[in-house]
Parts: sequence; structure tokens; C-alpha cells
Amino acid sequence: MIEALSYEFIQNALIAGILVSIVSGIIGSLIVVNRMVFLAGGIAHTSYGGIGLAIFLGFPFFLGASLFAVTSALIIASITLNHRDRVDTFIGLMWAVGMALGVVFIDLTPGYKGDLMSYLFGSILSVSHSDLYYMILLLISTILIVTLKYREILAVSYDIEYAKLRGINVRFYYTLILVLSALSVVVAIKIVGLILVIALLTIPIYIAEKLSNTLYMMMILSGIFSSIFTVLGLIISYIYNISSGASIILISAICLSLFLIYQKLKFDYKIR
Amino acid sequence: MILGLIPTQKGIIKTFGEIPKKNLSKIGYVPQDTNINTNFPIKIIEVVLMGHIGTKRPIFGYAKEEIMCAMGALAQVGMEEFSQKKIGELSGGQRQRVMIARALCANPKILILDEPTASIDIDGQKKIYELLKALNRDITIIVVSHDISIVLEYANKIVHINKRLTYHQLNQKEREKLNMAGHFCEVELFNILKGNSR
Repeated sequence: MIEALSYEFIQNALIAGILVSIVSGIIGSLIVVNRMVFLAGGIAHTSYGGIGLAIFLGFPFFLGASLFAVTSALIIASITLNHRDRVDTFIGLMWAVGMALGVVFIDLTPGYKGDLMSYLFGSILSVSHSDLYYMILLLISTILIVTLKYREILAVSYDIEYAKLRGINVRFYYTLILVLSALSVVVAIKIVGLILVIALLTIPIYIAEKLSNTLYMMMILSGIFSSIFTVLGLIISYIYNISSGASIILISAICLSLFLIYQKLKFDYKIR
Repeated sequence: MILGLIPTQKGIIKTFGEIPKKNLSKIGYVPQDTNINTNFPIKIIEVVLMGHIGTKRPIFGYAKEEIMCAMGALAQVGMEEFSQKKIGELSGGQRQRVMIARALCANPKILILDEPTASIDIDGQKKIYELLKALNRDITIIVVSHDISIVLEYANKIVHINKRLTYHQLNQKEREKLNMAGHFCEVELFNILKGNSR
């Protein structure tokens, strides 16, 4: 186990795992309290189109995926703000179109197409140095934005109508939350893949929500839980030679079940 | 419309002689549905502090004066001991009082409440109205309500909107007369008021 740490790709994987866990803890909290989980799912799947485009044109994965993710976030934000009742239809549509575009682009690409499964289920072991820089940049900007604009973001998330009355630019902050979600979805895809990304953005956050009094605390706790699950998942995937993305999610799910059982027992005890 | 949330179809609304958007900080608003987002991880004090947004503030966290002011607003509504509790732990009536504190936090000249007692039991309703009555010594309060008998007990002016607008100024005598007879049915009530206000 210890000798594994001397491999550079294992080191990168661990650093990337922790960086992404912290980002997804912060942004995941915003996604959960804003009830945007389905929206984030839509963004994740739409970004597959961007992955396809990146493979087709031969530019970096993050660039293509971010492009599609941010565009879809902007579209979703404008639909949510203007036609709230139609949101689910449009997200479903973008979800499918994005996936279809991705498939078509990859079909059109001649020659070797890389390991497609890695985008669906993550490829944390292939994280490069430039990927790490991208993640660090995202983490720093996320922390800066959320700390400096905490009150606005809190107000918009908690009570959007009241925030509007207090003169906050509600449209701007709502869109900002979605764009940040899109960017963190993209880095999370690298770690656990686009199919499993929702689990990373919800399981640790759900546990943290139950234990927190404030949004700030929820973000910190989510980041910690998420990091623990990711590292544990990586260790297990190394020992038993199974896919890292799937083992991270399964570890999270097991911890969630234990947490729920613990809560239930505590509740029963209180009643007695 | 007074708050500028919904545009007017016809005519102009002015608050303090200007368009509503300019004077938002002078008007406190308590929405009808205060049971939104009850699972949200937010402390009571933070909800009240939201009333401050838009005014001067530090880059990071909350200023001491803001917290003092928010605690003051909570004390006014009798909720100061709950300041560190999570919003979901309160009852509907308590949450309503927190929302009133949030509106008070901005030192409004007018307080607007939309159906403040719509989802609260009778005891809670009484408490809310007693509170409003106390607050009314310093600020103007507008309450939108369908519960005429309880409003009559506390309000000094009533605007009845039913296709056309009827305005009633209640004096002490009339109020006593109404209170003696206890609960009124709407139609009966308006016959009495019509006779008086002409």
C-alpha cells in the first residue's frame, strides 16, 4: 500500500480526489439547497457532447466539457428564471441532445477513440499535471466567490423573492450558482464519471445537511466527508483492483446507509 | 405592486412620492408563505440578518452592529432565545415572528404583511396580532387578510376590496360595539360598517 504512494499517478489521483471533493462539497451544498440536483444531472449529461467534440477536434477534455456545461448552465438558468413550469421538459431534452451529440462526434472521429468508458465512469488514475492546475484554479475561485458573496448567495438560495426585494441581482446570482455547478460537474466527471457525478454531489452533502446549522458549516462538512469517501474509495479500488469511480460511490452509499441507521436509532432512543 | 414585485396593468403606484423600486428599504415585507425551505440549514439569526442586505456591510461575515440590530429585532418579536436554532425547528407562528423580525431589521417606515396568520393556530394568531399592535405605535402596518373579524379588533383603518374599493375609518366607539357582539358574519358586518361610514 505504502509503496503505491511513490507512483506519480497515484499521488495525482489522491490530490485530484481531495481537490474535487472540496469543490463538490461546496458547490454540491449549493446545488442541494437550491434543489438543483436534476439541473446538475442535465448539465453533466449535456457535457458529454463537449467531450465528444473535444475528442473529435483533438483539444483537451476539460475545455470541451466546460464549454458545453457552461452553455447548458446558462440556458437552464434562463429557462428557470423565465419559464419555471417548463424546466423539466427542457432539461430532459438537453440531456438527451447532449448525449446524442457526443455519440455522433465520437463516431465521426477516425482512428483510436480513447477509452470512452472512462468518461462515463471516471478516470482518476489518468489525472495529469495540467488537470491538477485546472482543479486548483477552480477550487480557489470557488472559495473566493462563495466567501465574498456568501450573503447574497445565501439570500438567493433561501428566499429568492425576498432577496429580490432587498435589491439583490437575483438573476445574476442564480446564474452564477449554476455556472459554478457546471464547472464542478466537469471536474467531478474526471473523478467519478458523468453517470456517477450526481452521487458525489449529493451523498456527502445529504449527510452534512443533517448535521449543520448553517450553509457555511454544511459546505465544510460536505468537503470533509467527500474527501474521506474519495480517499477510502481509492484505497479499496487499489486493493481489490476495481474501478475507482464506482468504489468511491459505493463507499459513500454505505456510509450514508450507516448514517441513516444511526439517526434512526438515535431518534428511537429519544422517543423512549 | 406596492413593493414593485408585480408591474401594474393600469395606473401608477407611488411610495413616499417615488416609484416603489426606489423606496424598497423603507418598506418591510412579510410574505404569506413562511414555510418555504424549512429544511434549509440556516440559523434564525442569519434569516433576520438577511434584512440588512443592500445596506453597508463588511466584506467578510457580519458586522457587530448588524448582529446587535438583528438581536434587537428578534427581541422585539420575543424570539431572541431562539437565535441560534435552525429555522426548521420552529413552529409556523414562531417562523412568522422571525419573518417579522427580518422585516424590522431594515428599520422600515411601513410594514406589509400578506395573510400573516393563514397557517397558524388561534393562539398563535392572537400573539401575532398583539405583536403587530405593539409595533404599530411606531410604524405603519398594512395587513392583507380575509379574516375580517380578527382584523376589526386590531385595525384602525380598513380597505375592503371586492370589485370596488371601500374605505372605513374605525373609531374606538364602533370598535367597542363590534367587540361586544363577538363574531360577525361578513355580510352583517358590512351592513353595519356601511351605515357608519356614510
